[in-house]
Formats: sequence, C-alpha cells, structure tokens
Amino acid sequence: MTHLDDRFEQHTPAPEGSSENVPTGDEVRITTPSKVCGMGHRMKRKEDPRFIQGKGNYVDDVKLPGMVYMDLVRSPHAHAKILDIDASEALATEGVLAVITGKDLEAAGNLHWMPTLMSDTQMVLPTEKVVYYAQEICAVIATDRYTAADAVEKVFVDYEPLPAVVDPFEALEDKVIVREDKETKTNHIWHWEAGDKAATDAVFDAAAHRVEASIYLPRIHVASIETCGMVANYNKATEHMQIYMTSQAPHAHRTVFALVSGLPEHKIQIISPDIGGGFGGKVPVYPGYVCCAVASLVTGKPVKWIEDRSENLQADSFARDYHMQAEMAADSEGRITGLRVKTLSDCGAADAAANPSKFPAGLYSICTGSYDMKAAHVEVDGVYTTKPPGGVAYRCSFRVTEAVHMIERMTDLMAHEVGEDPAEFRLKNFIKPEQFPYKSPTGWEYDSGNYEAALRKAMKMIDYGALRREQAEKRERGELMGIGISSFTEVVGAGPSRDFDILGIKMFDSAEIRIHPTGKALARFGTKSQGQGHETTYAQIVAEELGLPAADVQVEEGDTDTAPYGLGTYASRSTPTAGAAGAMAARKIKAKARKIAAYLLEVGEDDLEWDVDKWQVKGSPEQAKTIQEIAFAAYTDHPPGMEAGLEATDYYDPPNLTFPFGSYICVVDIDKGTGEVHVRRFVAVDDCGNIINPMIVEGQIEGGLTMGLAPALFEEIVYDENGQNLSGTLADYLLPTAVESPKWELGKTITPSPHHPLGAKGVGESPTVGAPPAIANAVVDALWHLGVRHLDIPITPQKVWQALRDNGVTD
Amino acid sequence: MSRHTITVTVNGQSVSREVDARLLLVHFIREELSLTGTHIGCDTTSCGACTVILNGRSVKSCTAFAVQADGGEIETIEGLAQDGTLHPLQEGFWEKHGLQCGFCTPGMIMSAKELLTRNPKPTEEEIRRGVSGNLCRCTGYNKIVEAIEYASAKLQAGDDAGTEEATQ
Repeated sequence: MTHLDDRFEQHTPAPEGSSENVPTGDEVRITTPSKVCGMGHRMKRKEDPRFIQGKGNYVDDVKLPGMVYMDLVRSPHAHAKILDIDASEALATEGVLAVITGKDLEAAGNLHWMPTLMSDTQMVLPTEKVVYYAQEICAVIATDRYTAADAVEKVFVDYEPLPAVVDPFEALEDKVIVREDKETKTNHIWHWEAGDKAATDAVFDAAAHRVEASIYLPRIHVASIETCGMVANYNKATEHMQIYMTSQAPHAHRTVFALVSGLPEHKIQIISPDIGGGFGGKVPVYPGYVCCAVASLVTGKPVKWIEDRSENLQADSFARDYHMQAEMAADSEGRITGLRVKTLSDCGAADAAANPSKFPAGLYSICTGSYDMKAAHVEVDGVYTTKPPGGVAYRCSFRVTEAVHMIERMTDLMAHEVGEDPAEFRLKNFIKPEQFPYKSPTGWEYDSGNYEAALRKAMKMIDYGALRREQAEKRERGELMGIGISSFTEVVGAGPSRDFDILGIKMFDSAEIRIHPTGKALARFGTKSQGQGHETTYAQIVAEELGLPAADVQVEEGDTDTAPYGLGTYASRSTPTAGAAGAMAARKIKAKARKIAAYLLEVGEDDLEWDVDKWQVKGSPEQAKTIQEIAFAAYTDHPPGMEAGLEATDYYDPPNLTFPFGSYICVVDIDKGTGEVHVRRFVAVDDCGNIINPMIVEGQIEGGLTMGLAPALFEEIVYDENGQNLSGTLADYLLPTAVESPKWELGKTITPSPHHPLGAKGVGESPTVGAPPAIANAVVDALWHLGVRHLDIPITPQKVWQALRDNGVTD
Repeated sequence: MSRHTITVTVNGQSVSREVDARLLLVHFIREELSLTGTHIGCDTTSCGACTVILNGRSVKSCTAFAVQADGGEIETIEGLAQDGTLHPLQEGFWEKHGLQCGFCTPGMIMSAKELLTRNPKPTEEEIRRGVSGNLCRCTGYNKIVEAIEYASAKLQAGDDAGTEEATQ
C-alpha cells in the first residue's frame, strides 16, 4: 500500500517492449538527483492523487448557490427557414425561468452572431434560417436539468425545409447558397496556395515517374470523454462575470468574450478547471457557451450548461474533411522531385477552424514531409456546406495530419511505381541530417532531424527483413499480411509571433515563478493541461533550472485572474512555448540568485558557478548558498539597493516552430472472410528532442497512437443526403476500446531542438499524425498483389471485404 | 411525478432520500450525495465513466434509476482509499501512469475492481475484455492494463501473506 506522502519517482521499471528496454544509443539526459527530480526523471504525476480518488474538479462538478440549468433546442433539419418559434408552453411550465431566442440576442445588442477564430462569422442563435443539423435554436433556463430538458420538448418551432448541401464539390456549383447573409452569393470561401507553381509544373514535365491519387480524410470528432460545458455566474452588484468553462485557451476566450459582449475584460474571469480531455475540441467558442453567459446576465443567477454526448458529436466542431488530389513526380533514379496537390476543405456552415490567422489551411503546406524534393505546389479551397462548422484539430497541429497522410500514401505509391521497397525508397529520399536547418520547397525551415536513424531503428526493432520474408511465404499460401511504414515530420509549437496569431493575438506563451521565503515555489503558466501532465512536467522544468525539488513547485494554470496571459494548450505547443517560458523565467531568478549569493558569500558574481541547486565559489565548493538559502535571504537579508523578493515572469516568443519526427512500422493480418484488419504489431520510434519526463512522453505517445488507430480503422462522422448526422452517439461513432487497441512497442531517438532553451519539442500529437498512414499503408501493402492501390480511412471490414470481392478473392 | 423514499448504503454509510422516480442513479450519486468522482461521458451506456459497483456488480449508473438501488449497497471511487491509504488499484494507476485527464479513471477503476473480485488473476486478454465497457481517450489503454496487473499482483501478494500468517 502506498501512502500519499511517498516520494514521487516511479518505483517500477518500464515493461518489456517499452522504450527503456531498447538499446538506443540516445540516453535520456539526467543532471539532477532524484530528490530534485529535474528533467529526465520518471516522476509520477503530481496531479494524480486527486484524480484516482475522485477528487478532480471538472466543470460539471461545480455547484454554486442558487444555480439553475440551461438546455438547448436544436434543429432537426440541416437547412431550413425558421418561420416561428413558440415558447409559450415551455415558459408556462413550473420551474422554467426563461427562453432565449436569436431575436432576444439580436435585441440585446446583435449578440445573435459571433466571430469565429478564423475571422468568419457564426450564428449564436438563428433569426432567419438554420444551416446545420442539431444547430442551436434557443436556450431554455430552468431550476433543474430535468425541467430544462422537459421544457425543450415544449418549444415548438415552425420550419420550412430547404435543400441540404452535403457534397462539397456540389456546393462549389452554387445552386444552393448556404450563407445568404454574405455579400457574395457563393459557397466558395477562400483559395490558398503555397510553393512555386511554375517550378513544380516544370519538374512534373521532366519526370520519369508520376503517380497520382485521390485521398479523402473524412470528418471525425475528438469525442473527449468529458463533453463541453460551462457555469456562468454574473454578479449584478459587482458587474463581475465569473465563468467556469471547458476551455483549452481561457485567456483567448476571455478576450473573445470581452469583444463580443462588450463587458470590460477586467470584469470577466474565466476558470478552466480540470478538463476531461480536449484534443482541439475545446478550443472554439460554441454557441452554447455564449447562451449560458447571456442566461446568467439575464437571470442574475449562476447557470450551468453541460452538453450531452449526442449534442457533442452532432454540433461541436469536427476535424479533417479534406478532399486531396495529389500527384508525385520522381526522376529515373527513383528520387522524388516534386509534389502537386489540390485540396477541397469542407468547412461546414462557417469557417470556424482554429488555425492561425494567416493560415486558412493551417500548416498543411508541411506536406513535402520528410523528403527532399526540388519543388512543390499546394492549393486549398474552402467551401461552405450545411454541416456543423469546424475544422479544428483532432489531436494534431493545424492540418498536419492531412499533410502527413497524403505524403506518406504518395511515397508508398511511388516506391511501388519505381519498384523499390518502401523502406529503402524512404531512406534514399529522406532529408539528410547535414541538410538541417532545412528549407522546404513550401517555405518552412525545419529546425533539426535525423530521419534515417529513426527508420533504421524501427526496422531493427521489428526485424523488417524477417517480416518481408514472412509476408512472401504467406502470400504463397494465400494469406493476407501487410507491412506499412510512416516516416512523418511534425511541425508544432506556434509562434513565432511574426507569423502566428489568433484573431490578432500573437502566439507567444508565458510563465510566472514566485519563490517563497522557505524555498517552495508557485509557478503559473498561460497554457492549460487537459491531461498532458503540466503540473508535473512544468515542475520538473523549474526543478531542472533551479534545483528546487519538483515536489516543492506548485503549478497552476487556467484561472485568467491569476495566470499570466497565454494562448493555451493545443497543437503540441505547451512545452515549446510555455515550457520554454518557464525555463527562461527560472533563469532570470537564477541570475538574481547569483547576485544575492555573491553578497552573502562576499565574493564577486564572476567567482561563482552553478551546481544543481546552489551557487558555489569556483575552486572552493564548500563555500556555497543553496537556492533555498538564497530564497530566504531574498526576503530577510537581500543586498542593499536590490529589490526584495525572488520571482520572475517570461513571455516567450519562439524563434521558430519545433519539428518532431518519427518512423512507425505496422504489421497487419487481414481476415479474407470478413475483411477485418488486425494490427498484429506496431513499432513507433519517436524523436521529440530532449525529454522532460519519459513516463509522461510514453503515455502521450501510446494515447496518441490509439487516437491514430481510431480514424484509421473505426471513426467517421457520416451524413445522409439530407445532412442528418448518422454518427451521433457513441454506439454509432466507434471509439477503440482496450480490446481493439494494440500493444504498442515504443522506441526513441533524441535530436534536440537547436533553438528551444531545453532542446525539447512537442510530442502529444506526433503519434496521431503518424499512425494512420502506417496502418493504411500496411493494409494496401497486404492487398497490393490483388490490384488494390488505395483505400480511404476508416478502413472498415466492409471496405476491405468489398475490395477483396472486387478482386475475386472472396465471394 | 411520483416520488419515493429510498435507502441505500453508499461507501459503507446508510443514506435515505426522497427522489423522483425518474432520477438517474448517477445524478443521485453526483447531485444528491455530492460524490462527484463518478462522471458522465455519454447517454447511451457506451463510455463507462459513470461505473459504480451496485450489490457487488459493476453498473453504469447513467442507465439505472436511483429507485432501483433502493435497499442496495453502492461503492464509488470515493470509498476506495482507507484512512489515507490508497487501494492497490489506485496505487497501480498512479504508479503505472494509467491516467491522463482523469475523467474516465473512476469508472475504469470501479470496473477493474469488480473484475479482480470475479477473477483475481486475470490474463492480459481478460483485463482488456474486462474493461472494454469503459472508454479512455487519453492513454491508449496499455498503461491501464499494466495498472490492473500491478493491482492484481499486489492483492495476490497481500492474500498470500494473509494466508501464511493464518497458517502459522
């Protein structure tokens, strides 16, 4: 039995098959003793004691005196005119306090529309027509959640159905206009391109080999186990709006609320408490949030709104929905020379993606991936359809998953075209270590990489040669086995602020560290953990820099009244930005600590050197002052002329993004009778630079891999021809369970980021980005000899079975 | 709406309340008893975040009425640690990094507890099937499996030690 005050370091070694047992030649760097638990230690998480005892504090756990409940009436049509809303019966029901419609919001100061994060507009509640199935129609506020749900059924809305616009290619024909509120009567939203068209066309004209494919990445949903919700608490006396909200970016949301509502920003406090998974789905501002805040303003009472799972799956922002037409060119020696891509982005009824302002297609132009080529040209067009708005990430950095899926599928196709093994073909075409920093043909500067090392390691771990021999034998016997590779490059950690902003707010991030007189610390950050373990990782960063035990560093995030301003947690940006800010703030403290130590030891600053947790006299280490002694002196005996105290703040603007990478190899067996794909083995070699907590990094990778498996084999939000969502419950939208999720085999290489203060890169999303094409490539590899060249994900048994039947393998 | 007085034993303590016939067990636990460790993640009995143990069997409390628990015994996550000492499952989840956001964790632990009661030494496959009614979006499940294996081994060791003591 473990008592809670036991030391935090993980007691048990990593299990067989995990990274710790694989000889890497890339050892995790540890410079502090386990008492300090700085970088590299497998520190057990500081946040866990409350979660394993049921003492977390999620939004639905917040209970305020006099709190009432909100529920939403939603549209049963994808596209319809609203002729009338009759709420009289609902309002006459005992316990119902108010019904808020779009017209009420309009009268309250045009609050019926709001800006999206992409500077488009989106209805909060409609006054004229609805543009997606399950769209919010009006809000019902009642004394308890059962009464509110009953009253929703008593609101009668008269609709005149209009034709749904489901197919984005048909939408481009502009026969039915989705957004009649716009000046230009077209469904086309924007056109965006990157790279050099003329150079790319020239490369294709000269190519010895060309392959092309239509690749669709369907609409999927993050489906975090906690849905979205809010408790809004407006105090009419103090004019203070306190909001508990499932928010990945509380500061940005505070600013949006201030801009939309007209409430002064200092009177708005957003608290993002424990968050039950985010993955991008808790970045946007949804209509329900705005209604909930308005409901509290109207009633003067605290109002709780918690969406149910069906609302979450049917109306919250989706991810992906990219239709990609890709071509690749290679020379006669099998070297990739160019990539040409045209993409249609189905944005739904509003461009409500969560991309940086200048990047309507996110970082999609990273799509030349890990391969050195002369030229590339990428075009993307955004189009409106009558589906819920979105285009947020699904555990990925701004459309990188789409880019990686496309380039990894195309690379496999080209390997087959030129008659080479996909591993050998990749090794030949990789950007070489000596080419970094590497300028890509679409304008990115990759900070660092060693792609060959990662792939060779994965091949060794899985014994690639033996697998190919086994596959050949099985093919002789008519058995279907496939091996798939994905050697991805991620791009994470936005800023730098010169290129990246959201609604004009620059994408820096922040940290503020205060050292108390007794040598304990409080560290606050502008990001917000949703399970990533920031309370532990950030404490270890402070421990690494200052030698304070990580157990003595309290990390806080998510309260806009106390945390420094930051852009939040998504796109694997926390360690690259706020983590770096933590290191830089600690270094400011260390510099002041040096002055205090010099004063106390009566030596010059230059006579001192740092050792783990103390400033000591060079050549005379017994003369030293620990960080704890210095902290005490900072409040009791600080040098004359110096400000008292020991604290610092840093707003970190990264000079570049970080570029994590990895190589994944997947082995699948396919049941010829049912078409079912069984992932037999999956080796994942990741490189996220220097590692802060190996246990947490492994957890991020394993979880990300299962979230990569999910869209590869199971998940898709499907609409019928009327725009009805057919995947609106977890019984229809299939999340993998412990049975479907394979036993992941992890390995690592370590290539530090040259510009990050700790040499670290983001990691949370790499596996979700890298895994789907490894699985898709494995399935196509298993069926290649039958003539199958491509299958869109999710690769369901039905799709495989159909492919087998089309090729005469099964009846 | 009919109302009924129910009496249930929750984590060893007897409680009586008058409730609506339609009150879901999960709302009874979370809102009437303020035991918010039991979570709600869906409305189709799919995710298992609301799992509690009712009369020795794991139950998804979003799909049971409070009145169905009348006269019964309920165990929730809050009842697991004793006098500040964690249950081996809680210890295993912490030690093996079996949780990230923590939202599915209480339900997952309660399902695992029932599994280990039925089958004290489950194989990896039996563990995976045993918690397949509980969805986790963060961990990829491997570390959850390891956490349950850890707890199984620890409980076994405790039982063996207890048996040895008894025979001596």
